[in-house]
Amino acid sequence: MDIAFLIETVVKIVVILLVFSALAGFGTYFERKVLAFMQRRLGPMHVGPYGLLQIAADGIKLFTKEDIVPQNVVGPIFKIAPVITAATAFMAAAAIPFMPSFTMFGYEVHPILADINIGILYILGVMGIGLYGPLLGGLASANKWALISTARAASIFISYEVITGLALLAPLMMVGSLSLIDFNNYQVGGIASWIVWSQPVAFVLFVIAGFAETGRTPFHLVANDHEIIDGFGTEYSGMRWGLFFIGEYANMFFISFVIAILFLGGYGDGSGLGALALLAKVSFIFFFFLWTRAAWPDVRPDQLMWLCWKVLMPIAVINIVITGIVMMF
Amino acid sequence: MSLEQFQDRNVAEQNYFHVDIPDYPTTGWGKVKRAASRTFKGELFVGLWVVFREMIKFDIHTVQYPKEKLPVGPRYRAVHEMQRLFESGTERCIGCGLCEKICISNCIRMETKLDENSRKLVTDYTINLGRCIFCGYCAEVCPELAIVHGPRYENVSDQRAHFTDFSDMLTPIDAAISGTQKEFDGFGAVTPHEDERVKTTPLAY
Ligand code: SF4
Ligand code: SF4
Repeated sequence: MDIAFLIETVVKIVVILLVFSALAGFGTYFERKVLAFMQRRLGPMHVGPYGLLQIAADGIKLFTKEDIVPQNVVGPIFKIAPVITAATAFMAAAAIPFMPSFTMFGYEVHPILADINIGILYILGVMGIGLYGPLLGGLASANKWALISTARAASIFISYEVITGLALLAPLMMVGSLSLIDFNNYQVGGIASWIVWSQPVAFVLFVIAGFAETGRTPFHLVANDHEIIDGFGTEYSGMRWGLFFIGEYANMFFISFVIAILFLGGYGDGSGLGALALLAKVSFIFFFFLWTRAAWPDVRPDQLMWLCWKVLMPIAVINIVITGIVMMF
Repeated sequence: MSLEQFQDRNVAEQNYFHVDIPDYPTTGWGKVKRAASRTFKGELFVGLWVVFREMIKFDIHTVQYPKEKLPVGPRYRAVHEMQRLFESGTERCIGCGLCEKICISNCIRMETKLDENSRKLVTDYTINLGRCIFCGYCAEVCPELAIVHGPRYENVSDQRAHFTDFSDMLTPIDAAISGTQKEFDGFGAVTPHEDERVKTTPLAY
């Protein structure tokens, strides 16, 4: 392994960590503003111009708050749980191509950490592990709300993961590869070749599963503030809670990237315009996450299970069968 | 809403109507049909459109509180104020004790004595705002319009005793003399047509 590769990888890791931690913070600001405008409010206005420095204020608050480990919690698990959420969110990013490759100082940079040939499998698997954060944190918290949230997390987990996998199977059959770069190259021929047109059902199913995965409204059940306080996060404070938060928002960004690359053409032919288009798509999907939060009600956990098992799973299976038949002839 | 509608107390007949909600389906096929109609009706997109429309209309209703404040109604009952007479600037309170008597939470405490002109003088007057329920009885019963409810609703102090003292509630004397003391038009105040409504006291008996 040569030194240049090592240095490049470390630099990439640092850049991804920094950019997405900052983006997670900025995402909260963006979310508060968008929700506020949709509800005819102004949102944060006091810290800095138009409340822009609110992120800094929140960050300082989270970092300097006392780290409380309450009585009766299972200490080690309680402490490790937020790290699992944040770490797996960022680990999943390793297989995502954020940009087309470009040349800098005569050196070709691939803005992807590891172009492994099972990229999607890896991303979904690691994001799935991320659910251990809420699970363990809730169980270790010695708090009834956290426990309810854990039970919900488990029930949601066994529902949506099926949909994620089955929904992706049909596009996978068409592309014939698990690498996100191959997905991107499959759709290089412009808007008409986007997979969303040939696999609209899979697209809708995957977006629904993505909402369940990131725990956003209408599937905001695990940490549903108005029902079970903050769910698994009830007993957390300071930076531990902040890690959960960063994990959640980083996950939202990464899922947006995955959706944009899988179904919406990714960065296209790899030109600068394609990179901008990818950013625009990601921004729109992220905006859609916030948009639905302002517009849609939450479903109950049993409704989510009903939806996943009785409606979405049969549709996904039928979709796969039809795709197979079409590909065969 | 027009005034007639507002004064018509028979509300049951003017503004209410039955919403047409179909019964819950009992058969399995009925449930499937309901699920299908809910899925394809596009109501979720109506919701999306409504919030998006509000966002682009940008009709913001936020009041940026410390910089902007909503007007307070004249009958708003916030922390009490003790008024002075215009021009002379004498305290209006005559120490009659009615407010102390009527206060239902017993939070007014006053001591009086006769001063050198044989006029009653209030020596000590406090309202325990921790117990006051801001009912307004004291303002209503006061014969001199001396104790009134002011519009001051922002009270910050490290001790609540700090704004309960008579001297804190009293209008500053220069404000009274220069006529900038605001006359109270809320609870128990003189209404505009009071002259016509007052009946002369028959002195014959
Ligand atoms: S407002 Fe009511 S409770 Fe408060 S001091 Fe006056 S009479 Fe007492
Ligand atoms: S009722 Fe009015 S005049 Fe009488 S003691 Fe109270 S404040 Fe003074």
